[in-house]
Amino acid sequence: MKLREFIVTDAVVPNLQAGDRDPALRELVSSLAAAGALPKSAVEEVVAALVKREQNGSTGFGKGVAVPHVKHAKVKQMCGTIGRSAAGIDFSALDHQPVFSIFLLLSPENQPQQHLQAMNIVFSNLQKDMFRRFLRQATTREAILELLDEADQGK
Amino acid sequence: MIRPVGGPPGLPLSSLHGVRRIMPIASRDIIVSNSLGLHARPAMEFVDTANQFRCKVTVRKGGEEPYEADGKSVMQMIILAATQGTPLQIQAEGDDAEAAIDKLVELFENKFGEE
Repeated sequence: MKLREFIVTDAVVPNLQAGDRDPALRELVSSLAAAGALPKSAVEEVVAALVKREQNGSTGFGKGVAVPHVKHAKVKQMCGTIGRSAAGIDFSALDHQPVFSIFLLLSPENQPQQHLQAMNIVFSNLQKDMFRRFLRQATTREAILELLDEADQGK
Repeated sequence: MIRPVGGPPGLPLSSLHGVRRIMPIASRDIIVSNSLGLHARPAMEFVDTANQFRCKVTVRKGGEEPYEADGKSVMQMIILAATQGTPLQIQAEGDDAEAAIDKLVELFENKFGEE
């Protein structure tokens, strides 16, 4: 699986306005809805599910990245987006450090295998120091998409 | 002449430092049985449990996309993308290896509290 297969181009937010976790989640889910990947009527429910997921255990896995994700009945097709925060956001991360890059992933309820494959490709890239550094430095949507393309090509 | 137990004759104790002691190794093969697979929550639970022990923990997946994950790294455990039915080998290396393996295998047997 490739990142570009599920990361919705138009939903990528290179400069998140939100400074806190929950508003940042809403900003990203709204962006997916605006791009047509999710019904607008589903935004609040999905945000609530993501917040609940974070409260059960932070998806801020350390090194400045968070991967909020949820399987939800209102999600018909797996989709994801990326948000970047210059100032950093408190995600109650495992290493207690602020989060600068957010990979948000929404999956339908009945496709756990596809969900795990997407998580696999996201984390395989987030493990790489260079990928994390370039992502943090990418200030435009174009720069982020270029980075994703390079990652998908195995560069 | 009294020599330190286990030390080679004629060598001071300090020379033992840096010599790699042979560590006990325990290993077990399991199959992921919960329907959602090893997603983030169970991966984190596994890492939390592994961190209760001093031993090194390694989880190996074979098949078409083989991968070896550090059982104390959440990221690497998620990269395994171990779906339901995936065979995994859990290996522990260290003095508390046996105890760690027992606890870690128990998590899989209990399906991480899922279905």
